[in-house]
Amino acid sequence: MLRRVVLSPAGMIGLVVLAIIVGMAISAPYFFPKGPWALVARPYLWPGQKPGILLGTDALGRDILAAVFYGSRISLLVGVVATTCALLVGITVGAISGYFGSAADAILMRITDAFQTIPGFLFAVVLVSILSPSISTIIFAIAMVSWPPVARLTRAEVLRVRESEFVQSCKVIGMSAPRIILTQVLPNSLSPVIVAAAVLVAMAIITEAGLAFLGLGDPNVMSWGTLINVGRPSIRTTWFICIIPGVFIILTVLALNLLGDAINDALNPHLRRR
Amino acid sequence: MDRQFWTYLGRRAVQSLIIIAIVIVGSFLLLHLVPGDMVDVLGGQRGDMDAELMAALREKYGLDRPVIVQLLEYVGNVLRGDLGYSYRNSNEVLNLVLQRLPVTILLVVCSVITAVFFGTMAGVFAARHSHRLADVVISMVVLVFYATPIFLTGLGLMIVFSVKLKLLPVGGLMTAGFSGSWLELIADVATHLILPVVSLSLFYIAIYCRLARASMLQVLEQDYIRTAYAKGLSTYNVIIGHALRNALLPVVTMVGLQIAELFGGALLTETIFSLPGVGRLAYDAVFERDYPLILGVLIVCAFIIILVNLIIDILYTLLDPRVEISR
Repeated sequence: MLRRVVLSPAGMIGLVVLAIIVGMAISAPYFFPKGPWALVARPYLWPGQKPGILLGTDALGRDILAAVFYGSRISLLVGVVATTCALLVGITVGAISGYFGSAADAILMRITDAFQTIPGFLFAVVLVSILSPSISTIIFAIAMVSWPPVARLTRAEVLRVRESEFVQSCKVIGMSAPRIILTQVLPNSLSPVIVAAAVLVAMAIITEAGLAFLGLGDPNVMSWGTLINVGRPSIRTTWFICIIPGVFIILTVLALNLLGDAINDALNPHLRRR
Repeated sequence: MDRQFWTYLGRRAVQSLIIIAIVIVGSFLLLHLVPGDMVDVLGGQRGDMDAELMAALREKYGLDRPVIVQLLEYVGNVLRGDLGYSYRNSNEVLNLVLQRLPVTILLVVCSVITAVFFGTMAGVFAARHSHRLADVVISMVVLVFYATPIFLTGLGLMIVFSVKLKLLPVGGLMTAGFSGSWLELIADVATHLILPVVSLSLFYIAIYCRLARASMLQVLEQDYIRTAYAKGLSTYNVIIGHALRNALLPVVTMVGLQIAELFGGALLTETIFSLPGVGRLAYDAVFERDYPLILGVLIVCAFIIILVNLIIDILYTLLDPRVEISR
């Protein structure tokens, strides 16, 4: 399975790009020990204008390359943690809803509907502004808007597995419901959820950047969205301040989508002919 | 229209009402999550209120009553169309939202039409030439569109078309102080809407293109398509008249699922291109800490989205009689 992902061109490109981004995140303090906030040269320096400052400086004379390196940490952190939380909530809701059915199902699915009815990004903006922006509230808000699709997906899969003979036989021998769900049902229903996880991380990164772009980022951390927000007032002249972090966002999201596609193809080999 | 259809419609209506109720109760709870109440906000603005006056105000506005009573009153108010009062704008929340709503609806509707039209066209074209150069190029372009956040598309288009080429206006709904016939006015608004609509729809063009391509490939393998070819219909007739009709169904479902996200995207596009819609209203409200207004926008959006989904469900049963509505 892993080999198939790595051997497909999409999976290969995705993994390589992601490895580079992760490498940037890890090596940030090594290359830029002064951190992303240090003033290194005069403001609005164009990329390549001064040796040693590869991608130029922003409105306050901070190194854009340093900001990009440190920004990758925030994007990855928010993406992974928010997705993990969304998966935990979504899988729990979906599993309970699908396995027990009846009233629990009806209640949980109406709540899921309600969450899917509210514009996700608008809801995230509202949550972050009410709870005041910080890394943890941003992660919370993103998790709150991204669990419903996971719940629906898990529920559909659990419904499929629930009626199978091996689950019925577990019931007959008196296994408890939580144990059946955890040891029998979920392991057989999570593969589509795994595919969705890669795309969820990508969506979380986009949402975080969008929030920071609107000025709702954590004021204490430098993220890609923060840099775009800083560059926006001077977009008529020094547009590179917005475009450089933007390119990194696109590359990361692209890599995650490619990886998701590759995992999907590897899990469903019969679809590959298309 | 048989009885089954009406039962189905009734059940969907009840479901929609339940969802609206959950949204309203959720908004109330959110409003109570905010540290400090309305009187604290007023007190902060005036700066000369003592504890006695604040207590009196709380009593006047009913903020000293049990939470459950306040909740019931809030639900009652919302159902009567009273979404509260925005002290920052000195106006009813519902008025403010309704004033801004037409711009957002115009933006969202134009974007949906653009996305569905160009998305399906590209998807059908790619499916017709599957695994050849055109298909590969379309797939790659679509992959990049899919990975680009809406606000980046907006900024990028703005840099290229407004700042560098000076072809299109940077923002706003119309030229300031515009005067002319209504035809010129429509043309003026249209030129102002091009960039916002394109930036909002590119992401969805990508989604609909992938979807239309996949479902078109599936449909083209069906027996009835071979039959259509066999009875001598032209390629155009087979594709447009027979295949597209069925390949469109997943796209219609997707539009319904994504209407909510389009409103979220409208917030970003309206902010970037300074369009006076509800998204921009919500954005300003966030920075003025005008919580009744923010939640008013949320509730109105949710209401519209539920309505649109109901309509799409009905359309769907009409488009595709095979849909099992008894479930």
